[in-house]
Amino acid sequence: MAVGTASRTASSTSQQPPTGRQTTLGRIWRWVCDHIILFAGILVLAYTFVPIAYIIALSFNQPSGRSASAQWNEFTTNNWTTICEPEGMCSSLKLSFEVSLTATVLATALGTLLAFGLARHYWRGRGATNILIFLPMATPEVVMGSSLLALFIAGGLSGILGFTTIVIAHVLFCLSFVVVTVKARLTGMDGRLEQAAMDLYANEWQTFSRITLPLVLPGIVAAALLAFSLSFDDFIVTNFTSGNSVTFPLFIYGAKQRGFPAQVFVIGTLMFLIAFVFVFGAELWRRRSALLGRRS
Amino acid sequence: MTAADLARDLEGSGPPAPPPTRRRRQWGWLLVIPGLLYLVVFFLLPTIQLLGTSLYDPNGSFEYGYDMTWHVQNYWTAISDNIHLFLRSFGYAAIVTLVCLILAYPLAYAIVFKSGRWKNFMLVLVIAPFFTSFLLRTLSWQAILSDRGWVVDLLKTIGILGPNGRLLATPVAVIAGLIYNFLPFMTLPIYASLDRLDPRLIEASSDLYANPVTTLRKVTFPLSLPGVVSGTLLTFIPACGDYVNAEFLGTPKQYMIGNRIQQAYLVEKDYPLAASLSIILMVIVLIMVLFYIRRAGTEELV
Repeated sequence: MAVGTASRTASSTSQQPPTGRQTTLGRIWRWVCDHIILFAGILVLAYTFVPIAYIIALSFNQPSGRSASAQWNEFTTNNWTTICEPEGMCSSLKLSFEVSLTATVLATALGTLLAFGLARHYWRGRGATNILIFLPMATPEVVMGSSLLALFIAGGLSGILGFTTIVIAHVLFCLSFVVVTVKARLTGMDGRLEQAAMDLYANEWQTFSRITLPLVLPGIVAAALLAFSLSFDDFIVTNFTSGNSVTFPLFIYGAKQRGFPAQVFVIGTLMFLIAFVFVFGAELWRRRSALLGRRS
Repeated sequence: MTAADLARDLEGSGPPAPPPTRRRRQWGWLLVIPGLLYLVVFFLLPTIQLLGTSLYDPNGSFEYGYDMTWHVQNYWTAISDNIHLFLRSFGYAAIVTLVCLILAYPLAYAIVFKSGRWKNFMLVLVIAPFFTSFLLRTLSWQAILSDRGWVVDLLKTIGILGPNGRLLATPVAVIAGLIYNFLPFMTLPIYASLDRLDPRLIEASSDLYANPVTTLRKVTFPLSLPGVVSGTLLTFIPACGDYVNAEFLGTPKQYMIGNRIQQAYLVEKDYPLAASLSIILMVIVLIMVLFYIRRAGTEELV
């Protein structure tokens, strides 16, 4: 048994039949164990796609009444050709994009600076800052939304609730996630690379721009993407801080009360497809460049 | 950036940092000033303000303003009127976290150890469904669990559900919606932890005559604990405060504390009550989180 397993490489997924002394029963047990987990994993994955299938199917549904319902009625591509027809939907999408982009830029900038300050420097109050960054993540969204609304009202800002206040709120809940993501990247980095650069007579700025930044960039990009998706999809905090402005999640919520147009499912499908193609494309590109890198 | 990077970073821990150099000590704190200021102004200040609001005299109104009377009575009213909502929220969130763990662990395990060269592809598939809007996903669960949907039909045929049984507007539907929506927050950190695990340790365990169950119990699971801890926190906290699932998939009988806070704030405009409810929720969640972190032995979370 020991000889058999030792010959396996560390990266093998142990799918080849185990060698050495083992009873038939043991082998069957082993096979079941190996595959039952994979099967369970695939089952869980399939489950996560059930609502997506519904959304895609309903985007081709001709609703029987004025508003779309869950009931399948008739196949149509009408919804796809009249995406922007429902009043206020596309403008809500536009607002969502504006809010998310602004919030992403601000949160990424502030969060990256914080992460650098926390990961690379010792100063008084580091521990307290860590707690202050963790707290927003441990605050339920309703609490965060309501406390911000209370602040805006107390600050006499209740008249201008809208784009600015939504952005302020989104930056707040994205900030902690950005710090965590960038900091993880920074602490996982080999500090000796920077020391080597300094040893080779690079000054601080050269070391930062040629060594540190390129190494941390994937973490910053990941943080920005995370911030964007958190912000774009947020409903709870936005609901408190938006005043009369309507972002896309707020549009769906409002439309739910009075009957939502079938076009929301088209937008849902599009969001899924765009993101999927984007992430999948990045993965393929990574594979290709890894392959090319190995060849050269 | 790959999905794997994101998962690893979300889990929040990494190899130990190189010791910060003495040379940089002087100006390091300058970097954090903007972010820190932001947190103080828009997080700390509102929280203190919320604390103040929670102590206002409830007899005031939105139009005429409130008097600050240190009305601690608000808390007593908030708790005694809504104790069932708090208990329900934490109960639901606990069930959700547990089921998410049960679903996410095999999934993460399968991706790391059993998927072979499909690993990254499977990871993309884990995140992909969550690119569509949270509300749309919940709406489509409403359709799936509806009285005339196939799930209810199937359960009736098997006999799990009686002829008049239904799923929508029951706690089952609300919990199912919450589980679905928070699953990736559990899967990604566990994935990151398992991915970092040295496979040689598992081999060593089986070399030492541990069967697969013992290996999982004594080696794999303890080593993936950091991921499990981050995952449970990232699932439990938002699940406690969520009100969308209860509103879309349940009835007022399944409402959670988030629904009550939302209603008090945006509909009734009873700010002192809403603020005391918020403070209570925040404090309970914080106490639970701190206790849990201490028990789990994770010293640095951020």
